[in-house]
Amino acid sequence: MTRSFTRKLALGAIVLGATLAACAKKEEAPPAPAAAPVAKVEPLKAAFVYVGPVGDSGWSFSHDLGRKNALAKFGDKVTTTFVEKVPEGPDAERVIRDLVAQGNKVVFATSFGFMDAMVKVAKDHPDVYFEHATGYKTADNLRVYEARFYEGAYLAGVVAGKMTKTNTLGFVASFPIPEVLRNINAFTLGAQSVNPKVKTRVVWINSWFDPPKETEAAQSLMNQGADVLLQNTDSTAVLQAAERNGKFAFGWDSDMSAFAPKAHLGSVALNWTVYYEKSFGEILEKSWKPEVTKWGVKEGMLDFVKPAAFLPEDTKKAVETAREGLKTGTVAVFKGPVVDNTGKEVLAKDVVADDAWKGAINFYVKGVEGKVPSGK
Amino acid sequence: MNELALLVAATLSAGTPLAIAGLGLLLNERAGVLNLGAEGMLLISAVAGFAAAYHGGSEWLGFAAGAAAGAAVAAVFGWLVVWLNTNQYATGLAVSLFGSGFSAFVGIDYVGRQLGEKTAHAVPVLADVPFLGPALFRQHPMVYVAVALVAAAAFFLYRTRAGLVLRAVGESPQSAHALGYGVRRIRLAAVVTGGALCGVAGAFLSVVYTPLWVEGMVAGRGWIALALTVFATWRPGRILLGAYLFGGVTMLQLHLQAQGVQMPSQFMAMLPYVATVVVLVLISRNPLWIRLNMPASLGKPFFPGA
Repeated sequence: MTRSFTRKLALGAIVLGATLAACAKKEEAPPAPAAAPVAKVEPLKAAFVYVGPVGDSGWSFSHDLGRKNALAKFGDKVTTTFVEKVPEGPDAERVIRDLVAQGNKVVFATSFGFMDAMVKVAKDHPDVYFEHATGYKTADNLRVYEARFYEGAYLAGVVAGKMTKTNTLGFVASFPIPEVLRNINAFTLGAQSVNPKVKTRVVWINSWFDPPKETEAAQSLMNQGADVLLQNTDSTAVLQAAERNGKFAFGWDSDMSAFAPKAHLGSVALNWTVYYEKSFGEILEKSWKPEVTKWGVKEGMLDFVKPAAFLPEDTKKAVETAREGLKTGTVAVFKGPVVDNTGKEVLAKDVVADDAWKGAINFYVKGVEGKVPSGK
Repeated sequence: MNELALLVAATLSAGTPLAIAGLGLLLNERAGVLNLGAEGMLLISAVAGFAAAYHGGSEWLGFAAGAAAGAAVAAVFGWLVVWLNTNQYATGLAVSLFGSGFSAFVGIDYVGRQLGEKTAHAVPVLADVPFLGPALFRQHPMVYVAVALVAAAAFFLYRTRAGLVLRAVGESPQSAHALGYGVRRIRLAAVVTGGALCGVAGAFLSVVYTPLWVEGMVAGRGWIALALTVFATWRPGRILLGAYLFGGVTMLQLHLQAQGVQMPSQFMAMLPYVATVVVLVLISRNPLWIRLNMPASLGKPFFPGA
């Protein structure tokens, strides 16, 4: 869900330019086999719609890696096309219709804001498969997929809890929506699992992307004593601010280790390949069903990568244990008792939260300071 | 106390790019040219400054490149609106949109690059004064340069003949023309100088303040600088005041949040803008202020023959 708004803001200023850019398409297909001796099967034509440029080293980049890997795996059974920098809104529908008209049999739209366009086009083309990342509307030929980001935040929290000297963590947050609150809470719970004294301070910047403001927010958190930071925003600014101040932080979305060799404790990185392989496989085998996919560490859609070489052994071990726990199911991020920061029990003992509970989070867990900005 | 000092320091730093860019735009507008392309100029100079600092290894090279890029874009803009008399509003918006696209395009290779180690800045002796030291005297030199630039611009506009001519061109180009002043040349010079100042501000953002380059990183500060000129009723000193006020309110809300003060963050994010609107209302209550200071021919084209 984050991406949607993210890209909208990032691109806000250049919507017009992007509209033009959206017309620039690139085709990538394996070389056609010369004179196929046997009856040749038409390759599956797949199209990807990206909201950002593929070189953004974040969200759209991660989807494009997934596309390339799937292409490599399926060889000449699949050909793919992508359109980058597609603005959310009416243009998206035009682009998607255009892709269908070109004969694509499956369309992947990778931002929340493409949802209504996908629903409309899917209705008109029952013979085409539609896949929408981070949305929630489905149809007979439209399904959704997303990653359980908070598992990554939890793993970062485990490392943060071990590495903090001030027992104060900082979180640079974007908008107070359930997804972001889940990440703040998961980060704190992860830290508390190894260090019960940990407190988390949160600064909301009300933007997905504003590097100078992300820097300012990180700076003010560090001024208040936070020494390990995580962010739910899109640039590397927080990580680089930590580097300059001799504090620690994490990468988000993709491996950001190169940006801050001294501050980078690890990155929460996405891996869409697993899902695209499954999707292509199902279409080729004609076993595709409209369903909702929410994958995390267990399925490999998300991982804590590039843990810093300087992490102490017991920290490495703690995060590895938590990672294995998430994989095998022995660790659940939101498992009762969970108490909010006013002391109210929000999840009873031994109860594991379901999707509805996670989708309705509107509180901070114990240990997060302040109050969720909700206007209540 | 220490936290207050840090807040003051952060405010000065946050206000600096706004002040420099606002000052550049003020010079444009004093000559009668409204440049809505500020956001685009800031972006282009941010990427130019970052690239120069990255390859040249010097911040000052970055500022120079930023200024040059800003001046170059402004020269094109100036040529269009001053010589070809294109509509200033539309041309400015076009520059803004072009700037965001163009900077993203040429900046692709610089995303994720890092500048070298930053040196800490401190004014000798003064930096060790309790409270005042950390609050005022451990800033990047550009913070002080901004104050000096504002003073210089005020002196130029109100105490020199050239400044008087510049203001005359913004008030009544026909009269200035009749007196034999080259209205177009003067306007172009003002636009280019203003562009160079915006360029320095853009480079400050990408080289010192953030410091990194990503597409769209200026994030609306060009528009804020434009609003500042109105806020300041076209007076240089008030530009500085407005920039620090805006920077201060922004930093205050982040600091309050980090301290765990319980206030809705949306409300606090709104504060800088509310402050701006309140001040604008107060200023507008006195029509004389606006009338005395707003350049009378702002945004209007000038045809020497007509």
